[in-house]
This record gives sequence, structure tokens and C-alpha cells, in this order.
Amino acid sequence: MSQNILRLENITMQFGGVVAVDDLSLEVNEGEIVALIGPNGAGKTTAFNTITGVYEPTNGQVSFMGEPIVRNHPQGKMKQSYKGKEAEKFLSAPVLDPTPDKITKLGMARTFQNIRLWKSQSVFDNVLIAKHMLRTSNVFSATFRLNRAEEARQREEVMELLRIVGLEDVKDELATSLPYGKQRRLEIARALATEPKLLMLDEPAAGMNPQETDELTEFIGRIRDEFHMTILLIEHHMDLVMDISDRIYVIDFGELIATGTPDEIQNNQRVIDAYLGVEEDA
Amino acid sequence: MKKKTIGKEYLFTVVILLAALAVTMLLDSRLPGYHIVIKVIKKASVYSLVAVSMNLLNGFTGLFSLGQAGFMLLGAYSYAVLCIPVDKRAGVYQYFDGGVVKFSLPEVFAGFLGDKVGSAVGMILALLVGGVIAAFFAYLIGLPVLRLKSDYLAIATLGFAEIMRTIIQWNAIGPLTNASNLLRGYPDFGSATAYLLLIGVFIACIVLLVNSTYGRAFKAIRDDEVAAEAMGINLAHHKRLAFVISSFFAGIGGGMLAMYMGAVAAMSFKSSMTYEILLLVVIGGIGSITGSVMTSFLYIASLEWLLRGLDTGKFLGIEAPGLFKNGFRMAVISVIIMVVVLFFRKGIMGDRELPDLFRRRRKGGEKK
Repeated sequence: MSQNILRLENITMQFGGVVAVDDLSLEVNEGEIVALIGPNGAGKTTAFNTITGVYEPTNGQVSFMGEPIVRNHPQGKMKQSYKGKEAEKFLSAPVLDPTPDKITKLGMARTFQNIRLWKSQSVFDNVLIAKHMLRTSNVFSATFRLNRAEEARQREEVMELLRIVGLEDVKDELATSLPYGKQRRLEIARALATEPKLLMLDEPAAGMNPQETDELTEFIGRIRDEFHMTILLIEHHMDLVMDISDRIYVIDFGELIATGTPDEIQNNQRVIDAYLGVEEDA
Repeated sequence: MKKKTIGKEYLFTVVILLAALAVTMLLDSRLPGYHIVIKVIKKASVYSLVAVSMNLLNGFTGLFSLGQAGFMLLGAYSYAVLCIPVDKRAGVYQYFDGGVVKFSLPEVFAGFLGDKVGSAVGMILALLVGGVIAAFFAYLIGLPVLRLKSDYLAIATLGFAEIMRTIIQWNAIGPLTNASNLLRGYPDFGSATAYLLLIGVFIACIVLLVNSTYGRAFKAIRDDEVAAEAMGINLAHHKRLAFVISSFFAGIGGGMLAMYMGAVAAMSFKSSMTYEILLLVVIGGIGSITGSVMTSFLYIASLEWLLRGLDTGKFLGIEAPGLFKNGFRMAVISVIIMVVVLFFRKGIMGDRELPDLFRRRRKGGEKK
């Protein structure tokens, strides 16, 4: 049995009166590619943001490598207005609310739906900056170049990474001058530079044409094999999801409606209804 | 492994810097200390340091802070208080029984290091103490205000600077700060070369910092805070670090400004001083250290020296006492600044540095 990497338990995210994610529980095991899919506005990105520390969930717990890292229960005004389930479950346990950088340091790196590269930096520097969190130097040793060995090693590692993802020849160009598909690759390379155990991709194929999507599918598969990476991804492109996912979770209106292998999902009536819509009444 | 070679552009840069130093040394030996050129070099180098320290925060980390004058004030007062000779204290602190500080750092060190070396060491130490005090206040202020963004941060830091100016003039702490009276009589480095060298060392530290892994993290925060945080950069820690370091150098700059002015009063560290420095940063290019330094020298030279004639009735051989009256040079320099801003939208240097000027441009914006 392979090791459990990520586990969500009863994650609920309520904004005011709107429950964006409702009692979501899921698991990602080592070496798997797991996809989280759902129609527009289903709460996929919100779920993603509660895992990465951008939002504090209203209720529920996220565990990483067996350790709880995010935990909350309805507090203050939310106690009265809470509409989700399992409000009592985490009441006695202490609240955990780390900032995104702490979560990344634990070994979870993400990419963004709308690419967020550092605009004024070169391709090489974009990846190199991601290595900053692995430094052992402090501000004095870094300023006065007492960390030469570490700096040199990190530069080597960045070059190696760029070679693997095929961006070696454009390493000195401005990150934003790259074509769209390459910017996506760079963002993934940047996430890999933090040496994560879990890679989280937020709609990696957004805005891509079919050919670029095919290349990306092949690329993600290659990342998994070469880095022995566990991947959780959100995606709209069904071909990509069906091609590479080991397991799929489907959510609609914040609720989990189905889970299973790609074949099972493709034949699941509730999923088909959610995507195509069902006739009311009749 | 590739063998590392020093590029031509760095060689040129070193040559230019050494030439500037040589010219200053020559001027120092030929001209008397009160000559306007010497004064311009001194004041401009002080302004360079302060502008670069502000650029570190506003240009490289993307934090729009307007507290610079407040931190300079702290540095200036620390320097003055620590350096006034003991026998002059009774005269300076005439309303406060000679003040509470009963020693003078340059004199203490002169005691066992000899007059010349000792006082220089004492003076530099006093400058550093001023920097540390400014940095300490920055740390305290930073805890609450660095949660704010853009304009709100600017207003909060501006408020801090104004509060500092008022507190320093408070009678209750008069024995330490001499309240609203002048602090004077403290020593000065006589030569412009000393100013240039000292400032050069401090600016070099900032350059090294900006190009280190921390400097890259600062730029990442400037470019995209959300992405920086997602890549494991602790925002609160790094913003505070940039704020504290910037204030440290602003404090040193303030100490040297006090040294240059010969007498210091809290009154002169108004918010308009911060705006003047902000102007240097913007005109020079936000995110360009070379730009800040160059603009400081150009600005101070034109204001204090080249355009003086506009105030005294005669300029470039034109005599027009009716028009060239007191204050006319300020009008002219404002027009010049407006024209510069119109033609150089990103400042004179943009985000380029001195070595970049010697790099041959390649197609597609590719750098060597």
C-alpha cells in the first residue's frame, strides 16, 4: 500500500451565506495523478486555495504526509450562520492556519490558473528565486557572498531542471516574453524547484489549443515519471484528465458527486448530468 | 566547469568608478574645503546613499514608504549627540545643563588609537549607531505598518516621520536631543574623498544585497506577491527585512547629512526632504541604483552650483536682475524635471545599471 500524501476531511468553505465547498473529503496517495474536476463555479479553485493556505477553510482538516496542517471549525459569527456539515467534529482540536509559504515549505508546490510568473525576471531567475526557500544562508552571509557553494549548487540544479523541462535555450529571456505553452512549463519548473512531494496544478491547460494540450499531457506524465511526483490537478480539458489521471474526483456546487477511475467517471450518470444539465421536472 | 571571466562591462564600470575617485582626490588637494564643488560632491554623495536606500524599499521590494526623513532624522541626531566634543557640550546644551551624554565617541577612541585614526573610528561608529537606532525603530514601526499596502503604507510611514520630528523637539527629552535648539560643534570628515569612499562602501553593500538570493526574493515580492508567497517566501519576514535594512542606511545617510550641514535641527527634516529623495529615485529610475546615484549628483550639482546664477542675477553671461531673482532656479529646475519625466518615462536609467550600458544590445532583447 503506497503512502498517503494528502488527505482532506470534511473541508467546508463558506463565504457569507454561500457554501463554495461543502464537506469535501479526498485523498491523494504517493505516485498518483489525481484530478479534481467539475463544471464552472463548482468550487474547485476554492478547494485548492484552502489546501494551499490562501483561504482558511470554515470547517475541516487537511493533512499532509499524515500530519494535520490546516484545521478549523466555525467560529464567531460563523457559528450561527454555518450551513455546512460536521460542525462539531473539529471543535476540540486546535485551529491550524499556516500562511501559504509555510505550506510550500512542507513540500506542496502549486501553479496558478492565470499564470503568475515574475515579470521582470529572466526564465533562469524565476526558477532560481523558487530555490530561495531552501537556503541555509542568512542575509549577512548572502550579502557578503559567504554562501558561494550553496549559490553555485542551486544554479547547477536550476540549469538541470531547465534542461529536463526543455527551457534551457531560453533561460536568459524575460519570463513573460515566452509563448504561452512555455510559460506554463516554466511555472511547473518553478514549482518543482522547491523540491515538493506534491505538485498541485491549477488548470494547467487553460487557454491552450488541442496540440498544446497534448504536449502538456505528455509533459505532466514525464514529470511524474522522472521526479516520482505525486500530482493533484484541477482541469477542464476532459481529454487531458482522462488520459493521465489515476483517479478523479468530481464536484458540483461544492459537493463531491462522484469519484473513481476515468472509465467509471465517464459512465457515471450524475457526472454526465452535472456537465450537460438535466431537464427540470418533466 | 566553465572558467569564470570578468566581463568587459564590469571592467569599464570599475574604471569609471576609479576615475571618479581620482578626480575627487585631485579636487580635494587643489580646492579649499569651502569650495562649492567640494560641497556638491559631499552633499550629492550623501543624497546618493539615501536615494539608494529608498530605492531598495520602493524600487526593489515594491513597498511604497515615505518615512525616509524620519529615519534620517534619527541617524542625524544619534551622530550629533554622540560626537559633540565634551568641552563644547556646556555651550550647545546651554538650556539643559550640558545634557545627559557626557562623552564623545571620537574623543573616546582618540584616547587610545591616536587623534586621527581614533576620531575617524569614533565618527564611523557613531554613524553606524545612528543606522542601528533607525533600523530598530523601523523594526518596531514595521510590525504594524507593513501589513498595509501601497498608499496606505506611504501615509502611515509619512505620519511616523512627522511624529519623530515632533518628539525630538519635545522639551522633556531636551537633555538628550537639545529639544528645538541646534546641535552643533561635532566633527566632520574634511575631505570629499572620505565622503565618497564611505558612501561607496555602503552603496556597495546594497548592491551586493540586491544581487544576492535575498535581493532576488525582494524583486519577486515586488513583481508578484501572491506567487512569491506560494513559492515559500515569507512575506512578513522579507518585507520587514527590506524595511529595516533600508532604514539602517537611511540612518547612516542622515548622520552624514548632519555632518555635512555642520549643525542639525529637527526642523530641517521635513516631509519635503522625503519627497526630494523620492524625486531622485523616480527620475533616476525605480529599481536602478546607478540611476539614483547619477541623478543625485546631477540634481545637487545643478541646484547648488550650476543654476545658482539664476538666483543672483547673472546666468551664462545673461544679465537680467529683474527676472533672475531669489527662487528663480527652483522654477527652472521644476521645468527641467518635468521635461525629463516626459522624455524618460521610466526614469533616466529605467531598471538598468552601469554595467548594462556597456553590454552590446542583441536582437530580441537577449542579454549576454
